Amino acid sequence: MTTQALPAAPTAQTERPDAAPAALLPPLEHDGRSTDLWEIVRIAFDSLLANKMRSLLTMLGIIIGVGSVVALLALGTGASNAITGEIEAIGTNVLTVSPGSPDSRGPGQSSEPAQTLTLKDAEAIADLPLPFAAVAPSFQSSAQVVAPAADASATIVGVTPDYAVANTLTVSEGAFITENHVSGASNIVVLGATLAEDLFGSGQVIGQTVRIEGQSLRVIGVLAEEGGSAFGSVDDYAIVPITLAQQRLFGARTPDGNDYRVSSIAIVAEDSSDLEAIESRITILLRDRHQLDQDGSEDDFNFFNQAEVLDTLTTVTSLITAFLGAVAGISLLVGGIGIMNIMLVSVTERTREIGLRKAVGARGRDILFQFVVESLALSLTGGLIGVAVGVSIAVIVTLTGLITASIDIGAILIALGFALMVGLFFGIYPAQQAARLDPIEALRHE
Amino acid sequence: MHNSIINIHDLRKIYQMGDVRVEALAGVSFTIQQGEFVAIMGPSGSGKSTLMNLIGCLDSPTSGDYDLDGEAVATLSGDDLAQVRARKLGFVFQQYNLLARQTALRNVEMPLVYRGIPAAERHQRATTALNIVGMGPRMHHRPKELSGGQQQRVAIARALVGSPTVLLADEPTGALDTRTSAEIMDILQRLNREQRLTIILVTHESDIAAYAGRTLLMRDGLLIEDRRTA
Repeated sequence: MTTQALPAAPTAQTERPDAAPAALLPPLEHDGRSTDLWEIVRIAFDSLLANKMRSLLTMLGIIIGVGSVVALLALGTGASNAITGEIEAIGTNVLTVSPGSPDSRGPGQSSEPAQTLTLKDAEAIADLPLPFAAVAPSFQSSAQVVAPAADASATIVGVTPDYAVANTLTVSEGAFITENHVSGASNIVVLGATLAEDLFGSGQVIGQTVRIEGQSLRVIGVLAEEGGSAFGSVDDYAIVPITLAQQRLFGARTPDGNDYRVSSIAIVAEDSSDLEAIESRITILLRDRHQLDQDGSEDDFNFFNQAEVLDTLTTVTSLITAFLGAVAGISLLVGGIGIMNIMLVSVTERTREIGLRKAVGARGRDILFQFVVESLALSLTGGLIGVAVGVSIAVIVTLTGLITASIDIGAILIALGFALMVGLFFGIYPAQQAARLDPIEALRHE
Repeated sequence: MHNSIINIHDLRKIYQMGDVRVEALAGVSFTIQQGEFVAIMGPSGSGKSTLMNLIGCLDSPTSGDYDLDGEAVATLSGDDLAQVRARKLGFVFQQYNLLARQTALRNVEMPLVYRGIPAAERHQRATTALNIVGMGPRMHHRPKELSGGQQQRVAIARALVGSPTVLLADEPTGALDTRTSAEIMDILQRLNREQRLTIILVTHESDIAAYAGRTLLMRDGLLIEDRRTA
């Protein structure tokens, strides 16, 4: 501190306590202006930044909560989209009738449990005056397919031309099975893309001969590659005329010798809304043909409807998604409790500061606002970091190719909004404690 | 009554502690004129702190009248009192009570935030106030970089920044050594003489009280002596 005597210059830029006073402070207008809220927001962020580690740890609960909500919803929606996409690719306007009572219902295409569905049933169904796009009976079994250079075990499906319609198949080379092939039980085969490659590599396939169950079959077509599916892939199928399969490959003649068994009949409606009516009409027809009404027996056939499966799966996946979301929501709540805890500590630690602010004129609501803003800042910052974490997880999982996550902006906004609400809800109580402090007591606080 | 800044009549404060009734202030009356420098003295328990809290509008009396700058404040409470404190009073505390993380400048600006003063005007007024107490060159220092006397000068600047009607100093030199105490008291005296700022000082040291022109002596909740020394 300088003791040097200064000339009577009007500058007050000296530390001497007895320096000449600078310009008088003009009186302030008392026009009842309200608190500068932006400054309070700045104060709130300042105090969070002053305790970086603590703020980060406090936000962790919200980060984990929001991150898991965002990631789980994105992955859940992605998985759900994948499943419904697969089913929709098969077609939701397809109704499949399989032999066997509904008790043993299942999407399996096994022909073993019953031998009650026949080619003539299929013909009778096709004759019904209903809006069908296709009626496709098929007979399915498995056998060794032997080519000159290789052989493979494959699913052999005997079909009619409508099979391509029912399963939306296209050939990449050659042609599909025609009515003539069926009526003539021709020795021809259409190979799935993978099976064709297994048997012939990249060489010429069309016109080659393969042997199945001792029969020589000429390859007339190769199917376009379909890709994987939860229900097996036609890429591995060998497709033959149904008559050939029934009569010469596998012997599917019924015991009375007049008819042939089928594994299933796929019925394609022109409109998926007709499926229910079609199902009940076919039920009547088949019960009549199988003479079930005479002794009141149960149905010896059952229906498999893609639309119903889709409904069920959609319900299940959205339930699982909601459940995961709820679990993540609980961690958000726990994060909120963490915020409340640390805000209460902060209020206690800063009792003197609160007392001082009140002494110099801060109103209760100014203090309330300051602490609510702090808690909202914690939850919002935590929420934003959580969104970044959640989106990163979703993107990383997508990159692994496991599930293609579907990131929904709406879900992100809801998670952020929920985090803000948590911050508000759990921030109000500590802020009220702060706002209610008595300035005298607070200033005395050690 | 134009010059009467503080007009207190029969002011009482009674604390009920369980069954015990404590009369901290048992009926005190006095008037303080604009531009006076008044010291309130008395042993601990004499009621001087209670009186200071009431004058400072930090508390409401049980009964009695208190006019501050023409406004009856005895019956106000809560946020209304906060408004009065913001507009009319400046506080200097024994422990300075500066915000440790903020610079001297931001500490001095702080009271103006609650009066909605724009940032530029806050900055300008705070700078002026810091210059008045000779802390202009250190306005960007934080409290821990300042000595006790310097911190108290920042606190005085904070009390001045809103142009208060009355500056209240509660044991302002209680934490300072003799030399620094004298510096602080010089500043207060200078403010009183040169700016005609009304100052009320609570102290239990008579040499500190000697800076004031008038001493109010409290004992057992009563004003027992009102002595003018200058």
